[in-house]
Amino acid sequence: MLNYTIRRLLISIPTLLFISLVIFLLLDLAPGDPMSSIPLTVPPEVKEKMREALGLGEPVHIRFLNWLYQFFVVEPQVAWDHLFGTDFAEGKQRIISFQSRSPVMTVVAERMPQTLWVVGLSYVIGILIALPIGIISAYKQYSWFDQIGTFISMIGFSIPTFFSGVLLIVVFSVILQWFPSIYDTTHTVTDWGSFWYQVKQMIMPVSVLALYNAAQISRFMRASMLDNLNQDYVRTARAKGMSEKVVVLSHVLRNSMIPVVTVIALGVPTIFGGAIITEQVFQVNGLGQMLITAIYASDAPMVQTLTFIFAVLIVLFNLIADILYGILDPRIRYD
Amino acid sequence: MTDATAQTQAARPPRNQWWDVWDQFKTHKGAMAGLIFFIFIIAAVYLGPYLWKIDPTYIDIRARNKGPSLAHPFGADQLGRDILARMLKGGQTSISVGLTAMGLSLVLGTFVGVLAGYWKRLDGLLMRFTDLFLALPLLPLLLVIIMLFRDPLRAMFGLETGIFVLIVFVIGITSWMQTARIVRGDVLALKEREYVLAARSIGTPSRRVVLRHILPNIMSPIMVSATLGIANAIITESALSFLGLGFPPDFPTWGRLLFDAKDMIQQYPERVIWPGLAISLTVLAVNYIGDGLRDALDPRIRGR
Repeated sequence: MLNYTIRRLLISIPTLLFISLVIFLLLDLAPGDPMSSIPLTVPPEVKEKMREALGLGEPVHIRFLNWLYQFFVVEPQVAWDHLFGTDFAEGKQRIISFQSRSPVMTVVAERMPQTLWVVGLSYVIGILIALPIGIISAYKQYSWFDQIGTFISMIGFSIPTFFSGVLLIVVFSVILQWFPSIYDTTHTVTDWGSFWYQVKQMIMPVSVLALYNAAQISRFMRASMLDNLNQDYVRTARAKGMSEKVVVLSHVLRNSMIPVVTVIALGVPTIFGGAIITEQVFQVNGLGQMLITAIYASDAPMVQTLTFIFAVLIVLFNLIADILYGILDPRIRYD
Repeated sequence: MTDATAQTQAARPPRNQWWDVWDQFKTHKGAMAGLIFFIFIIAAVYLGPYLWKIDPTYIDIRARNKGPSLAHPFGADQLGRDILARMLKGGQTSISVGLTAMGLSLVLGTFVGVLAGYWKRLDGLLMRFTDLFLALPLLPLLLVIIMLFRDPLRAMFGLETGIFVLIVFVIGITSWMQTARIVRGDVLALKEREYVLAARSIGTPSRRVVLRHILPNIMSPIMVSATLGIANAIITESALSFLGLGFPPDFPTWGRLLFDAKDMIQQYPERVIWPGLAISLTVLAVNYIGDGLRDALDPRIRGR
């Protein structure tokens, strides 16, 4: 198992390097020029100087290696300095955004909490809703609960988040006026009143994403439970005189959770992608919205870094899912 | 199969595997409803413009922001364009994108899957390649690619065709991986069957073994992933349009209509509902068809 983990970690290094190269080359092709917003009255020599100051004068491979060095060496050092008060990164060039002229990672760290709150909470709520629904649906297959449950999960699975979000805004903000339609990230919780406001503004984005996640996970949970419920070991457990509760919750559930847990792990990076759209709907200024504005402003370092962070998340959670599968199911042998 | 056996078989009532699949499919109520709805939507968006003759780009400034009336059953937008006509035209684009992108991703996925499954030498390389694609953050990359290539392609193919080709291509090349994996798994299993061995032992070239004996037998997983592919392509296209990076405003798609209506959500909430409902119901119908197909094609479930 340890062997396998190490091998997978080693394989993921060239994968990530290749992905970062692909993203870098794509962005390098971009016709959008960060200098295009500079007034025409600025003389060409000055413009050339400014380009060089942004690091655009160098050839492609130098810039790519620079970026790699900054991402993998300088930024971790900065983080280390920040945590322990050392000064390893003193005077080293960090990845600078073209738009704000501030280090990309600082902006990422500023935006991260909003995204994590909304996305993370909705994922947890989605899982908490999905598991019981999946279990009961499978246990009472073809009952009215199952029929309604599968229908709702089919709907949740089919309605894109940009429509369900807009629909909630129409119903709860425009018609009923219960919740604000725009997520106010500058809002700080100081007392019960402001806490209640925070809850109110989070309800809609969280429930949109939670519905979508719950729909997918409950389908998996149901299918996986159905696979296990007809197995011989379940009949044996019943024949031994175990109560239904024990049979379902400790025998069947534990076995059916194996694929579901990996699906949950695999879903983590995709929900960040899904959050791009939800953040746009509710105007949460998290990572997703930052990515969109950076793409519009052809802010290459920002797009490059953010996209690469998404890629790292995907590779990392794929690895976690595979390892979890091995740990949870002793029949799986990787070596 | 020789001509003689073909003739004796034709004398019996023609009954192949696909009739059984159809019989099984018919018992799935959701799938039948989905199929009927999907056919209705396709008929509406492709034939509708011949019946409802208002030009979707015609600006009738006097009808600006009018509510539903006989002349404009869904009302008119902020420039006085008929919303029903725009919905039909938009649906035509959305569905066309969905079908073509699905076709492209199926062809790519099946091609890669068959190559990897049938020829052992290519397997490792192609599967690494597939894993690599699966590790790409797709939505951000889609956005970046569209930003980059929108203008060159527009110059090459014209405004509408350029963006259509781009979006279909981009969705197609980012969604073939699941199909490739499923097809590879099935080809690996089929390759060891006796009939493939028999075909090879009489000297059938590999190309024909694949086309005649393997491809027809992996039709069922391909069909199921086709339905999922349509749903995925329609949603991706609408999401791109919704983020403002899809079709230009003069060429409505359902996602674009939703995006345009979002700014006026306070005054005219119903304009958001129509395109959103159209996307959701179409995707729901396609997903139900996929569910029914999966049940019908799985011999373990059939006949129960």
